Amino acid sequence: IVVRPWSSFGWMTNMQDYVLTVPLFPAFAYCLSLLCFRLLWRFLMHTPALESTPASPKVPSHTPYLLIGGGTASFAAARSIRARDPGAKVLIVTDEPDLPYMRPPLSKELWFSDDPSVTETLRFKQWNGKERSIYFQPPSFYINPEDLDSAENGGVAVLTGKKVIHMDVRGNKVKLDDNTEISYDKCLIATGGVPRNLQAIERAGEEVMKRTTLFRKIEDFKSLEKVSRNIKSITIIGGGFLGSELACALGRRSTDSGLEVIQMYPEKGNMGKVLPEYLSNWTTEKVKKEGVKIISEALVKSVTCKDDKLEIQLKDGRLVKTDHIVAAVGLEPNVDLAKSAGLEVDSDFGGYRVNAELQARSNIWVAGDAACFYDIRLGRRRVEHHDHAVVSGRLAGENMTGASKPYWHQSMFWSDLGPDVGYEAIGIVDSSLPTVGVFAKATAKDTPKAATEKSGTGIRSESETEDTAVSPVASSTPTPAVEQHKDNYGKGVIFYLRDKVVVGIILWNVFNRMPIARKIIKDGEEHADLNEVAKLFNIHED
Amino acid sequence: MSYCRQEGKDRIIFVTKEDHETPSNAELIADDPNDPYEEQGLILPNGDINWNCPCLGGMASGPCGSQFKEAFSCFHYSKEEVKGSECIDYFRNMQECMQRYPELYPQEEDKDSSTQAESDTGSASAAPTEGSALSPETDATPSTSDVSSDSVSPTDSQTAS
Repeated sequence: IVVRPWSSFGWMTNMQDYVLTVPLFPAFAYCLSLLCFRLLWRFLMHTPALESTPASPKVPSHTPYLLIGGGTASFAAARSIRARDPGAKVLIVTDEPDLPYMRPPLSKELWFSDDPSVTETLRFKQWNGKERSIYFQPPSFYINPEDLDSAENGGVAVLTGKKVIHMDVRGNKVKLDDNTEISYDKCLIATGGVPRNLQAIERAGEEVMKRTTLFRKIEDFKSLEKVSRNIKSITIIGGGFLGSELACALGRRSTDSGLEVIQMYPEKGNMGKVLPEYLSNWTTEKVKKEGVKIISEALVKSVTCKDDKLEIQLKDGRLVKTDHIVAAVGLEPNVDLAKSAGLEVDSDFGGYRVNAELQARSNIWVAGDAACFYDIRLGRRRVEHHDHAVVSGRLAGENMTGASKPYWHQSMFWSDLGPDVGYEAIGIVDSSLPTVGVFAKATAKDTPKAATEKSGTGIRSESETEDTAVSPVASSTPTPAVEQHKDNYGKGVIFYLRDKVVVGIILWNVFNRMPIARKIIKDGEEHADLNEVAKLFNIHED
Repeated sequence: MSYCRQEGKDRIIFVTKEDHETPSNAELIADDPNDPYEEQGLILPNGDINWNCPCLGGMASGPCGSQFKEAFSCFHYSKEEVKGSECIDYFRNMQECMQRYPELYPQEEDKDSSTQAESDTGSASAAPTEGSALSPETDATPSTSDVSSDSVSPTDSQTAS
């Protein structure tokens, strides 16, 4: 499993702890050169994960900066605002009980932890071996909402367990679910989204619903972790990022616990909407190796509960019996405030419609999963990835403090499905687009490479080159047996094209090349020979 | 030799190391280092400090952000022979602030950092050189410092940018 940085901006990212060792003064003065920063940050100390702060009794009646939603985009914006506006007072309002945290580990690293108390600590090991909490910052980073107004140097306050239910754009104020009103100067909407459910489950009643997890938040991770230890069979419905990652995580556990892990989805293979068919098929075989039983081309007709067991009836007649369902069938962006605020909602992608600078109206910006924005290079889109939340949150914060910059630094995303499949991607990665994949051909000279965490390429299984015997490639032309050796999609780069221009790139088991990929997308040029472009990635090197 | 296949709309190419040895003829557009849309490094083109530089982590935005900004600004603009020597009070304020948040700014140093501190004290006179070396050094634009630097050891990432 390769674990990556928490932002595409750099290893000292927005989202890393900025903990600093404080040496004696003269050394310290010297140390305030960037070189020193880097040397000092080398010794980043992790901070302990702590309980979320209880909801504060007193709410400020006015805040210069109001951030609605307490997720990644909000946190990134808060950081940006504080960096650029000296003494800024930022109020984050979230209906969750938790302080801002990062989401990717909930379906990845936390499941691989050896620590039995991981559901309490919520700590995980990063690529560099250092442990950290999923919380961006511990409670001591924040100030109490009631102290925000009087804070001499400002700060970031988080009001938890409160929902903004009404927005008065003309009056520059919002109303909370306890009827409190808060006025603002600048407002960010970063309300993310809510997991979608299958109609078949929704109408199936209480007994089915209580055996179903819609996975998104910390509480979902905790409850699923607990449930998974007490049942015999679990079924994940959904073949995208979240479904596949959870299937692999649970599949890995299944070897010890004997838990049956089933994953079902309408597509032909895992990541069917993202990867070209040959690669989706190859990936599906890898997921099976993680101990997952795959039921592809599966459309759920109905779900019932019989004798404490769930029965999933598929449209083609197949019946699947299981103890618990995880529905990972997409996200519904949260646009609850659109009506009261009079904000436009995008009919194609969902979410609030904003311009290239993430602005919806004067003084109102939207970032993260809920933002349908104009990407100068790639067109209007909505992106549901962690790095995008960081990038867009940061940008919104910059623009809220007077920057007027468009979305330009292209965000990336990644996924790991077992020890053989790790990829990073950028841009529009839609399997319906024509693709050109350039893969390193395995030759007799290739030797298996040992995993090296130090080099940052993460944990790679020794069996990377063992799987030449696997023949998952679906091809219309019969391939002779000898060519199966060539069809090992061990590592390479895949270009996604729209009108002959590369709009998306996947780095398949090759790492540390994202800057080149970002550059190619930014240029937006037509390249006559993509193999020549592929050369820029040095896929044969590690 | 490379091997190529077409599956519907998807093209698949397998290449050997030798196939990719010849330099690429793909053309990339030259970047404008002063492009305002691009992420900036620690020092902006006009010489100001970019407090929102990802390279600073959250130093400028945390509870001691103001103190940090004052101290570092003073240091950055200092023209003294021993750079930053007139900024002692700011540093002290910052240090005091940081001591109030031990969770965010741990006081203990592991053996590596103390070794570093020693060598730093020894070469304090080299400070002016370090200061001027800041500009190219801090050109920590995402193109150099993003996912790529995360995979190398921290030492490498310092020199890489």
